[in-house]
Amino acid sequence: MAKKVCVVGVGLTKFGEHWDRGFRELAIEAGVKAIEDAGISGKDIDAMYIGNMSGGRFIGQEHIASLIAGELGLNIPSTRVEAACASGGLAVRQAYLAVLSGKHDIVLVGGVEKMTDLSTADVTTTLAGAADQEWEGYYGATFPGLYALMARRHMYEYGTTREQLALVAVKNHENATKNPIAQYPFRITVEDVINSTPVAEPLNLLDCSPITDGAAAVIVCSEEVAKKLTDKLVYIAGSGHATDTLALHDRESLTEIKATRLAAKMAYEEAGIRPRDVDVAEVHDCFTIAEIMAIEDLGFVEKGKGGKFVEDGETKLDGSIPVNTSGGLKACGHPVGATGVKQISEIVLQLRGEAGERQVKDARIGLAHNVGGSGATAVVHILERGW
Amino acid sequence: MPHRSSVPLAWRRFEARYRLVGNRCANCGTVYFPPKAICPKCRRKGKLEKCQLKGEGKVYSYTIIHAAPSGFEKRVPYCIAIIELDEGPRVMGEVVGDLALLDIGARVRAVFRKIYEDGEDGIIHYGLKWELV
Repeated sequence: MAKKVCVVGVGLTKFGEHWDRGFRELAIEAGVKAIEDAGISGKDIDAMYIGNMSGGRFIGQEHIASLIAGELGLNIPSTRVEAACASGGLAVRQAYLAVLSGKHDIVLVGGVEKMTDLSTADVTTTLAGAADQEWEGYYGATFPGLYALMARRHMYEYGTTREQLALVAVKNHENATKNPIAQYPFRITVEDVINSTPVAEPLNLLDCSPITDGAAAVIVCSEEVAKKLTDKLVYIAGSGHATDTLALHDRESLTEIKATRLAAKMAYEEAGIRPRDVDVAEVHDCFTIAEIMAIEDLGFVEKGKGGKFVEDGETKLDGSIPVNTSGGLKACGHPVGATGVKQISEIVLQLRGEAGERQVKDARIGLAHNVGGSGATAVVHILERGW
Repeated sequence: MPHRSSVPLAWRRFEARYRLVGNRCANCGTVYFPPKAICPKCRRKGKLEKCQLKGEGKVYSYTIIHAAPSGFEKRVPYCIAIIELDEGPRVMGEVVGDLALLDIGARVRAVFRKIYEDGEDGIIHYGLKWELV
């Protein structure tokens, strides 16, 4: 498919606990930064897509797409997109499709979540809403619990080790020290992870992404518009989206996210590239096991060998395929609806050569992988440098 | 708590949750639990019929939950597992009994237990747990 859609602006808030700032302030900050970065004006925007998982339960606010448009003084079409933790990635895809269709020229994609206003138990309960409430949540299953079931099975089938899981968190924390927006920009050790509080065995606290407030925004536009704004074109070369059963127990396998494999295939085919062509990737590491499964399902390494691949340092900043240069969900933070948009922002910064200390040398092709729930939604985007 | 339930929301699942009644597609023979509203393999060509499951199976994967959702705080630590039923389908549930026996492949059987309470004034939810044998 001809490359026709570009990303021309990115905007991010700091990720963390914003007790002093509300949902709308975070959303507006990211949006305004993206508009400034693109060099456009608010009145140039034709439409907005907002990724948000659960404004309704986190802050009691629905109807958030219009809320944000209203705060910006815009009367344009604004649509909320919800696919649990993949809401942001899916919002980017809706913008991509809208521009590709020719209906809109300039679209603002926002992702925002305000999670820290609730207690941890209430956040856990809200996130559990991304699972099958009647058949998983009913019995006391939690999100870490669902990924723990996958981890246990991956260890059983492929010999993945406790240390290999921990190394994912260690690497992502290391990368976060180089990212000014990261929630946890400090180093940890394998021992720290293994000795941290158990959450859902075999996963401990430091295997889990945190509870985070934050927002991200990108401006998606047609190639024609982009060429007027910049010489450094970043194309969305491919976009893939697939779904699966909400309930983990209904899936054929616990050791792969089938939706990731299918979405990746769709995106790779559209972009006309192979996994080995990817120079840098942001993958959905909501839990350490998720990153190991992601690099396998995305085709960076054979199924079952992800743990060893991490152990060998292949996914570090100086490895053969740097993964989660932002610090990932684990250390950059995981404001659920914002994550998928933040991943696109990170890849754009990498391709433009603006990623500072965490810059991957000569990154030309980047991949962003966003998962909803325990794998019932997967969205994969491939971005490519146009110069 | 998974969701603050209304009485009908709980009531319409009694047959499956209390008595392990799933369904079976007369067209392709696949047994489903939890019961499906349509056979995902045959869709409109399928014909779903009620099917009583025996309530025996084995642990497919398991975890010990330490951070519980609302309504389950007093139960920690507890074991959540995916059980592979002898009839084929897999189901999520809590494993109880002598957890020293817990392992992938360990045999379990269904037992009727209280699952959780919807706060002090809400419904008491019952259902099946899986006892190690």
